Amino acid sequence: MSDMNLQEQNLVDWLADMNEDDAFALAKRMLLEEGANPLRVLELCRAAMDIVGKRFEEGEYFLPELVLAGEMLENISAIAKPLIKQAPGEEPKKLGKVLIGTVHGDLHDIGKNIVGFMLDINGFDVKDIGVDAPIATFIDEIKAWQPDVVGLSGFLTLAFTSMKETIEAFDKEGMRANFKVMIGGGQIDEQVRKYTGADAFGVNAVEAVKLCKQWMGATA
Amino acid sequence: MNVIEQTPAARAAYETRWQRILDCVALKQPDRMPVTLYATFWLAKYGGITCKELMYDYEKTKEISERAVLEFEPDACINLVGANAMGRIFEAVGYKQLKWPGNGVGENQPYQYLDREYMKPEEFPDLLRDPTGFYLNTYLPRIFSAFEGFENFPVLPGMFYFRALTGLRPLANPEFRKALQRVLDASEEVDRYMTHSAQWATRIKALGYPLINGSSSGAPYDVIADYFRGATGMMKDLFRNKDKLLETIDAMRGHLVKAAIANARASGNPIVMIPIHWAPDAFMSSKQFETFWWPSFRQMMIELIDADLIPMPLWESDCTKRLEFIKDIPPGKCIYWFERTDIVKAFEVLGDRVALRGNLSPSMMTTGTPQDVDAAVKHLVDKVWNKGGNLILETAFGMPDETPIENVRAMFGAARKYAG
Repeated sequence: MSDMNLQEQNLVDWLADMNEDDAFALAKRMLLEEGANPLRVLELCRAAMDIVGKRFEEGEYFLPELVLAGEMLENISAIAKPLIKQAPGEEPKKLGKVLIGTVHGDLHDIGKNIVGFMLDINGFDVKDIGVDAPIATFIDEIKAWQPDVVGLSGFLTLAFTSMKETIEAFDKEGMRANFKVMIGGGQIDEQVRKYTGADAFGVNAVEAVKLCKQWMGATA
Repeated sequence: MNVIEQTPAARAAYETRWQRILDCVALKQPDRMPVTLYATFWLAKYGGITCKELMYDYEKTKEISERAVLEFEPDACINLVGANAMGRIFEAVGYKQLKWPGNGVGENQPYQYLDREYMKPEEFPDLLRDPTGFYLNTYLPRIFSAFEGFENFPVLPGMFYFRALTGLRPLANPEFRKALQRVLDASEEVDRYMTHSAQWATRIKALGYPLINGSSSGAPYDVIADYFRGATGMMKDLFRNKDKLLETIDAMRGHLVKAAIANARASGNPIVMIPIHWAPDAFMSSKQFETFWWPSFRQMMIELIDADLIPMPLWESDCTKRLEFIKDIPPGKCIYWFERTDIVKAFEVLGDRVALRGNLSPSMMTTGTPQDVDAAVKHLVDKVWNKGGNLILETAFGMPDETPIENVRAMFGAARKYAG
């Protein structure tokens, strides 16, 4: 993050400190009244999200802060994005592509959504194919999008078998070696990882980010 | 299924089993480690029927549930019929918060709750000011299609004199009358369901088996998070609607305690099961837990204890960081059931305070071998029971649906082999 003036520093601090009202009012003023560069405002938001992610990792922040941070980012982006005049292509290079979805038979999505958000703010290109995702959908999406990592989510115990079947199908399709597979969800542990044949499991969104960074050779 | 007389031998067996549970609660180790059976859709696998049949066929579910109890001889079990045979009542009320076998999920899949915002943030004052009105006009039509038509049910507070008469006009509305009839019909199915459930409880009692709990409730924070605001709505409320949230949590505690006492007394069983959803370590900071979650729940437990009831929270997920908080409860009054918290660690912190229940892991029960199950039971016996712990052996949050039957046999067998 390049040098910030006081106003910019305030925006970053307020976002990182969950001061939603002040942060949103300031971002709005900067964008709509003061003609601030929308790309710069989004860059400041990302810097704040980095701090949020670090605080989560350090055990200072928990799920509520991630959810509110996600919402603040979304609300500011909704104002900033239509104001972007520059040609596309200025986005920083992504660290890698991660396809995520909840396996077939399971409708839970809170954990998956938080993992998607954390990967996104950490510089990954994330594609979320939703809940109760059939094996065929995973296969089609993988063929079309060529992800570096596939994340399978599931909360119910039935997801153990759905994950195993999904990963076996990757094998059958001859695509298993093309990407890493991580699994996550309330009941997932090392025993489930072995059973499903996944490369790794994580118990929270930070672990998902760490795994992806490690696999992409980026500094965790 | 016929009603049977309890023989003197069955009565003695019942008393012995029930006393084991009460001894654990009172922190006196009984003659052997009690082991309980909590199962939902696992019973479909056990009985060779579909999940849908388990939810819809009262007689089959009663028969399979009894067979499981007689095979495993638990010291206590949940009401296996009440916990499972709910398909007809879901259908009768048009339950919108769940998808269940044949209604949104496959006939051989478990039901799943739909986490949604069932109450908007701006509706906190409505719920606080006139809870019954909010239920009738807003909440029940949102969660039960049978209640669609109650939106214009008269707002009763503020009615007086002639206005109390003219205010009744919405009751003449044909849409309301249709809805009322649907609700009355649904209530008949609810009555049938509860009769079957009670009959089964009476029958297994006659056979010598107590129910571990006769009623259930929820923690005030969890009820608002899960069933009203939705998970992400509630997490945002921690920042955006702090004061209203705290006020609503307190009001909800009052309603929940009143209902829990009434339901437990009607059931004749003092143990109140309370599944805990939002206390886990990962879900909020210690400060948020101390502010929003714990005070109302502690007070709820104290009020239940004062009413001579035994709260039995099921602390879902990992609650290791909460152990020191939840220790603050009078000794010998509660059962704490843990899902993913290391129960050996829980025993170290809470062993002189509460009975413990749990916690064979779902991954081991479903993907492990009978030898793995045997070793896991032995571990709990060695580390908790043999060290004086008042442990009621159970799975982490009920028998996982996919558990191979030989693993269940191994669990009950190992309990007898290692702890009397």
